[in-house]
Amino acid sequence: MDRSEIESKLNDLLVDELGIDRDALAQDAKFEEDLDVDSLGVVELLMALEDNFGVKIPDEEAEQITTVGEAVDLVEKKLAS
Amino acid sequence: MSRVALVTGGSRGIGRAVAELLATQGHRVAVNYTANEAAADAAVEAIAAAGGSAIAVQADVGDADSVTAMFAVVGERLGSVEILVNNAGITRDALVLRMGVEAWDEVIETNLRSVYLTSKAALRGMLRARWGRIVSISSVSGIAGNPGQANYAASKAGIIGFTKSVAREVGSRGITVNAVAPGFIETDMTDALGDEITTAASERIALGRLGQPEEVAAAVGYLASDDASYVTGHTLVVDGGIAL
Repeated sequence: MDRSEIESKLNDLLVDELGIDRDALAQDAKFEEDLDVDSLGVVELLMALEDNFGVKIPDEEAEQITTVGEAVDLVEKKLAS
Repeated sequence: MSRVALVTGGSRGIGRAVAELLATQGHRVAVNYTANEAAADAAVEAIAAAGGSAIAVQADVGDADSVTAMFAVVGERLGSVEILVNNAGITRDALVLRMGVEAWDEVIETNLRSVYLTSKAALRGMLRARWGRIVSISSVSGIAGNPGQANYAASKAGIIGFTKSVAREVGSRGITVNAVAPGFIETDMTDALGDEITTAASERIALGRLGQPEEVAAAVGYLASDDASYVTGHTLVVDGGIAL
């Protein structure tokens, strides 16, 4: 799976599950500051990514995710390993 | 509405009464036990005989891997846990000056660490479903203190702080997190105290007697129901009026 597919899926989840405006999405968009996603929302998003991509994101790594781009990077990394 | 419920320490005492009550309310109940398989099977049979649905599932609730495995089993056999009752608890009484580190650790692990491990595991599914009930059994010991039970009281007071914090974390997703604080209830745990202590206790209890497991189960049943949809972060005391 290539990066753009992961990005596309992540954007769909953000729009469908968290009700975010598709126009607001950008690689460097910060979940909490720019997209108004609360910390629980980020947890839910990462859980949805785990389910959708069949990967496991340990707590310590999940804590580091603050932007859309970082979430895509992490999923890409997990899929590759 | 029939939901999937998990009761830790559900084979005896308060846990068994809770499991039986939830089953009569139509829920599918997973009865967790740690060592007493016979008691767990007896509880499951009693529930089935009364027309309910239950399974027995072994786990050491203070152990992370064991809890993960238990949730996998319950997930496969019954579905995602919607009602979690954290009832498993032990005592290792001693004056603090005579309390060994093992006695401290064991009680904190079985009584409090377990609540964190099971809640974390259950919240995954509850968040997805945007519905959940977590009810943990605290104790009046945790609220008022009890000589000889610094470890037990600390674990039970810890449950109250945990309950309030998690209630604030997940409330926006339709999940309530509450605790029930029983007083002296007639179970194996209080039988072990002996007549002298329980008689002395009765004199301090407004209702003048020990409580029955069913009387605590009724409180858990309420908090697990839709009737308690606006109650969260709360500790419901069921003590016959001892810690007034």
